[in-house]
This record gives sequence, structure tokens and C-alpha cells, in this order.
Amino acid sequence: MVEWTDAEKSTISAVWGKVDINEVGPLALGRVLIVYPWTQRYFGSFGDVSTPAAIMGNPKVAAHGKIVCGALDKAVKNMGNILATYKSLSETHANKLFVDPDNFRVLADVLTIVIAAKFGASFTPEIQATWQKFMKVVVAAMGSRYYIGILEYQQAPEICLANAAFSH
Amino acid sequence: MSLTAKDKSVVKAFWGKVSGKADVVGAEALGRMLTAYPQTKTYFSHWADLSPGSDPVKKHGSTIMGAIGNAVGVIDDLVGGLSALSDLHAFKLRVDPGNFKILSHNILVTLAIHFPRDFTPEVHIAVDKFLAALSAALADKYR
Repeated sequence: MVEWTDAEKSTISAVWGKVDINEVGPLALGRVLIVYPWTQRYFGSFGDVSTPAAIMGNPKVAAHGKIVCGALDKAVKNMGNILATYKSLSETHANKLFVDPDNFRVLADVLTIVIAAKFGASFTPEIQATWQKFMKVVVAAMGSRYYIGILEYQQAPEICLANAAFSH
Repeated sequence: MSLTAKDKSVVKAFWGKVSGKADVVGAEALGRMLTAYPQTKTYFSHWADLSPGSDPVKKHGSTIMGAIGNAVGVIDDLVGGLSALSDLHAFKLRVDPGNFKILSHNILVTLAIHFPRDFTPEVHIAVDKFLAALSAALADKYR
């Protein structure tokens, strides 16, 4: 299982406590759709995403950004058990939504950049390191149910978390 | 994903704003990379101090950003313009090219912190593409 020190837990809670989901969620999802335009493939029903202005002004993008960010709240409140917390979300993304799990890492990186822009210098290298560890665990948990056909993941889900920790 | 004319002009315009703070940005990006991605420290085992803000980190961050600034100047031919640096990274330093992506991410984080209003999504995509093209040029000679 993932080990969190007390300092890491309080850093993550402190960062999350200062994030306004209703602001940061739309900013992060909008930025993903602009910077990585192929991600728009998942949002065909969202209407006009043809320009950066259209994306940032699109109410469905904003609403979905809030949902996605809101789901992170569950991870912050269940840090000792993120893998179990995201089991059904992972299954939904794998089996119903057919989202490429690489997108979770992309969103995590863009979210980190949006949070950095908001926090400024107070988002120190040490805080960034702890936040990115949290992001890595969340990303691995979201990808965990994609690999259930592979024996090692059935026997020890922690392995998929450990392996994910070594990729960017 | 090749750089369009628009990408190049966005990068050049943004770099005009960044260049005054290039040393600070370079040092900070390097410090963030070494802290948040500790596996990258393996390339700097010869430094006494790898903490953010240390002398070797500041000096090397400045070197890196200087090279990136030069790359903006040769943005129309990155492979040609970075040929000597590619030789250096391929045969002498032998840095695994996966790390270029990691440093690029930390440069983006640092730019977002120092230029929160200028680092718009449009600038973000152009700079991300530029750093990816630069990384590919840097890896050009590896094999």
C-alpha cells in the first residue's frame, strides 16, 4: 500500500483546502482540451469546442471540470485507500467510457500547472513533489481496473501502483 | 507535431517576456525537477548540493535556459541548430531522453508560477510543442 507521512497528508490537505473546485476544475479541463486537442474525442456531445475561447466559455466543459475535480475530493478524504476508492470510477472509464488511461496523467499534469499558477511561489518545490506523488497515486488508481486481465494485477493491485510510480 | 508559423511567433513573443527572468526560471525548474522527480538526481551525483537554490543548481539552470533561449533563435531548424548539443547529450552525458519530458513539465510549472497571466492556454500549447520539438532535436543523434 502507499505510505503517506503525516507531513505529506497535511500538505495535500492544505493544498486541496485552498483549491476552489468550481474555478480550478473548469480551468484544468479546458486547458487539457486546448493543449491536447485529441482529448476532444471524448466530448463530442459538448457542443462548440472549436477554439480556445469556445472551450473556455463552454458550459458543459465547465460543468464536467467541476465533476472531475470533485472526484479528487474523495481521494483527499481517503488517502489511505485511494485504490479502493477509485475502483468503480476506474471500471466506468475503462469499460463504459473507453478513455485512454494516459489521459489521467495528462489531466494530472495540467491540474498541477493550473494550481501552480494560482498559488505562485507558495507552491514550493517540496509541496510540488508531495502533490505530484498524490497525483501519481490517483492516476494509478484510475488506471488500475484497465489491467484486470493481467494476473499480477489480480493478485496484487499494489504492483500496478508501484509500476506506475516509475513512469512519468 | 510540427511547429506552425503561429506556434513559432507565440513562442518568440512569450520568450521576449521570459528572457529577463531566464536565470531564475531555469534554476527553479531544475530545482523542482530534482525535488519532485528524485530519479533525475542520478545525473548530478558529482554536485555537493542538489537542493533548490543551491549554487550548482542555479548555475546549471542558467546554462539550460540560455540554451533554450538560443533554440528559440533557431526555431526554424532545431535539429541543425542543436546538433552540437545533441552530440553532447548522446555521447558524453548520455541522459535518457525520457528525462527531457520531465524537465519540460517542470519548466511549464515554473513558467505558470512566474507568468500566471501570460501563460495562457494558447501560450501553453505553443511552448509545450516547442519543448517537445526541442527535446526531439536534442535526442536526434542518440542512435
